[in-house]
Amino acid sequence: MNEVAISIKGLRVIRGGNVVLKDLSLDIPKGRITGLLGPSGCGKTTLMRAIVGVQIVEAGEIQVLGHLAGSTALRKNISYVTQSPSVYEDLSVFANLQYFQRLYGVPVALVEEAIETVGLSDVRDKLVRNLSGGQRARVSLATALIPNPELLVLDEPTVGLDPVLRGELWATFRKLADDGATLLVSSHVMDEAERCDELILMREGRILSHSTLEQLLKETAAPDVESAFLKLVQRPGVAS
Amino acid sequence: MNLRLALATGSRVTAQLRNDFRTIALLIVVPVVLMTLMKWVFDGQDRVFQRVGVPLLGIFPMTSMFLVTSVTMLRERTSGTLERLLTTPLGKMDLLAGYALAFGLIAAIQAAVVSIVAFGLLGLETEGPAAAVLALAILNAIVGMAMGLLVSAFARSEFQAVQFMPALLLPQMLLCGLLGPRDTMARGLEIVSDFLPMTYAYNALSRVATGEGFSARVAGDTAVLLLTTVLALALGAATLRRRTG
Repeated sequence: MNEVAISIKGLRVIRGGNVVLKDLSLDIPKGRITGLLGPSGCGKTTLMRAIVGVQIVEAGEIQVLGHLAGSTALRKNISYVTQSPSVYEDLSVFANLQYFQRLYGVPVALVEEAIETVGLSDVRDKLVRNLSGGQRARVSLATALIPNPELLVLDEPTVGLDPVLRGELWATFRKLADDGATLLVSSHVMDEAERCDELILMREGRILSHSTLEQLLKETAAPDVESAFLKLVQRPGVAS
Repeated sequence: MNLRLALATGSRVTAQLRNDFRTIALLIVVPVVLMTLMKWVFDGQDRVFQRVGVPLLGIFPMTSMFLVTSVTMLRERTSGTLERLLTTPLGKMDLLAGYALAFGLIAAIQAAVVSIVAFGLLGLETEGPAAAVLALAILNAIVGMAMGLLVSAFARSEFQAVQFMPALLLPQMLLCGLLGPRDTMARGLEIVSDFLPMTYAYNALSRVATGEGFSARVAGDTAVLLLTTVLALALGAATLRRRTG
């Protein structure tokens, strides 16, 4: 369980003249769910983009599953779900997923499976244009499940979903992790932290803490993640 | 390039258009309506209709494919699907080839319909083979598609993408020889028109229509159009950055 899926050394990213990630170093373990938490604008998305290899980085090295981030060998093994759903509005749910199924070259049965997992069976033939925001997000998530990847990078996958479905999706994430997949899931909802094996708290392009929920709460003597975050922010020398 | 991935992309793009019935209808009907208008505009001057009719069979698909492709690709860029695709096994050339297949197919249908109407109902005549006219019309559609892919990189919104049509294609229509022989234009414009792809589209089609057949000159025109396509696709591929800021 201590094998490393993602290893980041001295990552520095500049966007629009601002340093978004400041010499960040990090190891993310294999086969576990790692939660990436922090306020909007703290660099979560940029970090995820760097890991999947679509972000121009200023400095640093990222190894993903033993390859440099962004290398061709990784493309069948990683899935990335962007924050706003990236799906084709003028295609049906099924047609969207079928396209990704063909791109990954996997059996078509996986399309039905993914549709079922995200709970969209009753709208499978509807155009995405006619779906609600939450349903679109689930289509986007389903495209990531199709290749059965070793690493899933999910940028706020459960935002705006109803609690029952959210619970079901987290159960799916858990099952994927139990089967050996590595998940990196970002959220700005601190209560999702409880569902993760490890937590990374970020603020202003830096990592405030990287530990388990239990350790975090113990270390900060806080009752929940929200207060732990506040305590970490107020701690002197946190900016160093 | 991977043919399987290109075909998957081509069938996805066609499926998108199939679900957009109004766009399909406009793509097919508008050239027919315009061609019919031309027939009546030159009601008393059939010579003019005969001169511009065949070249228009290529210029219509070039224009509409330019528009449709630039907007479709812009959507791909702005909706996040492009970024998502570039994290999958899909290569840039697979994506571009997929677009070429899809829009080539639609252009073929478009060009076939307007050709049938023009030759069958409107009395348009060609001395060269109609099949050659159709093939050139499809090639012109591909040229338009390639240019559309390229300009989509320079547009931030669909408004801007649409404006590239009057900005880039309309001047070519004015200068390609459609309005009048190029050698009667101001000398400067004539030189400029030598560097515009649509000039070669006009030349190729009008030369085929006047019975030249696949002469060396038509082969030259075709080569320029192919070169334009390759160049625009290569530049377009260069604008599809896997990594962005």
